[in-house]
Amino acid sequence: MNNRLIRIPLHRIAHGRAGDKGNRLNVSVIAYRPEAWPVLLAEVTEQRVLALFSHRGACRVARYALPRLAALNFVIDDALEGGVNSSLSLDAHGKTSAFRVLGLPIGIDEELARHIAVGPNLRSALHGDPIAGGEAH
Amino acid sequence: MYLIGSGAGFSGDRVDAAIPVVASIAARGQGGAIIFETIGERTLALGQLAKQRNPDAGYEPLLPDFLSPILKPAVEAGIVIVGNFGCANPKAAAAVVREIARRQGVRGLRIAIVEGDDIAGGIDLADHAVWEGERGLPAPRGAPISVNAYIGARPIAEAIAAGAQVVIAGRVADPALALGPLVAHFGWDWDDLDRIAAGTLVGHLLECGAQVAGGYFADPGFKDVPRPEAIGFPIAEVAEDGRFVITKPEDTGGLVDQRTVKEQLLYEIHDPAAYVTPDVTLDITDVLLADDGPDRVAVSGARGKPPPPTLKATAGFAGDWLGEAEISYAGPNAFARARHAADILEKRLALRGLDLRRRIDVIGAISAFDNDRGDLRHALADLGAEDLRVRLAVSGEDKRKVDAALQEVTALYCCGPAGGGGVRTRMQQRIRTLSYLVPRELAPTRFSFEAAP
Repeated sequence: MNNRLIRIPLHRIAHGRAGDKGNRLNVSVIAYRPEAWPVLLAEVTEQRVLALFSHRGACRVARYALPRLAALNFVIDDALEGGVNSSLSLDAHGKTSAFRVLGLPIGIDEELARHIAVGPNLRSALHGDPIAGGEAH
Repeated sequence: MYLIGSGAGFSGDRVDAAIPVVASIAARGQGGAIIFETIGERTLALGQLAKQRNPDAGYEPLLPDFLSPILKPAVEAGIVIVGNFGCANPKAAAAVVREIARRQGVRGLRIAIVEGDDIAGGIDLADHAVWEGERGLPAPRGAPISVNAYIGARPIAEAIAAGAQVVIAGRVADPALALGPLVAHFGWDWDDLDRIAAGTLVGHLLECGAQVAGGYFADPGFKDVPRPEAIGFPIAEVAEDGRFVITKPEDTGGLVDQRTVKEQLLYEIHDPAAYVTPDVTLDITDVLLADDGPDRVAVSGARGKPPPPTLKATAGFAGDWLGEAEISYAGPNAFARARHAADILEKRLALRGLDLRRRIDVIGAISAFDNDRGDLRHALADLGAEDLRVRLAVSGEDKRKVDAALQEVTALYCCGPAGGGGVRTRMQQRIRTLSYLVPRELAPTRFSFEAAP
């Protein structure tokens, strides 16, 4: 490990799905590779997820860890401006919300990212955008 | 080993999906079950409204399309058909199934109806606590259109044990559609909570149909799905001890792997240690997945705790009016013209005193992720997108005001920014639902055989 931290979208190392019940949303974040698990735990926090939905009125986020699945489950309250009953949003169910979470930039060791990131154009995706003075955790 | 497949995961699902599932289970020659899950949160209220207009309506409208291709082969192969497609009118659905059977020459079909979920008669919702996920929402007005408890798998299991070949339910908990046939087949004890939990997990993974087999999964370049136009709906191979394999029919599209199973495992789950159903409180925190060959994932480790003394019940009410109207702007400077149109709409609604709840999106630039105030839209720089659609959404109790607001979008044709086109408007009265926790005693369940005419 060269201890150089870079910033990439969570989407490069994890996938997930959103579901709704009333005005409550859940979003799973699942590591493609088990090596990504510590990165998920460190980077995808309740506070950061709450910040993604606070503009829509979300007030509380609970994060559940499922280490056997290398997955996190986020339960986000009041994120849907009324949900399917009364929302004015095109996506009243919040189904697209999984990709709002997956768009989160995360800090990751460059060597680890080379090893576990997925998707097209990896070389350019993993090039540059180092975090100044960053160190791998 | 017991085989149980999914034929539909929601009311609008592919109507030909069940065909290869039934063929695949039939080819194994040991019978099994196929489940159809077609009820959403608001479906029961819509079904009740349909039934008020026509006493023979109120069941799943696609029922004939779902069942006609598979009824005869399923019955001949000893595959029990279980669905909540009875919706608000299981008796009428039974008549439809009877007619399909008659036309196809299926004689003496034993059709069972499950009842007890409809608790609208005599309940005073004010006496019951609102479900925790919906506390804080405004109280609904007026009398409910529908009140349905999520009932469990017992009446389904009892109907099958009594010889039912088709079981028609309304609002049962989705996983109960699979748990019922499993309990009937294996004779599991309802107090054997780990087995009941395993059967519930089978149902949870199957209940959304394709979603565990490559549907709702493709992300090109990241997660690719072969032949998504022909996804094979899932089949579970369940052992007596509750361990099971998720797979799909041979020669179909889609895929089953640990990624697809994990996404569905956590779908609509809140606390993974306590997924509450009427039959068991399911704990998936120790669930283990293992590869078991191509398109096969072995699942084990579900644990059960007792279910709560209450049932969740969902009530549907007449909601407000939702109006939506859109207009396109394309070509050079489209974003500026779209934003200008949004500003004009705001000013026109203010000028006319149309004090409705409202929201404006610029589809193609920012919509799904924004809030009603448009905070993200206001902060967005012009990215040069040249094909955008301005959308106004309004809601309120006064239909005329909603209509008047939509008319302001139409008026942009001649009065708005240059080059606007393609106005579409749409208005509908919504169904509002609210869920409560009610004592089990309020929803005694039963099954009965529909008498052949």
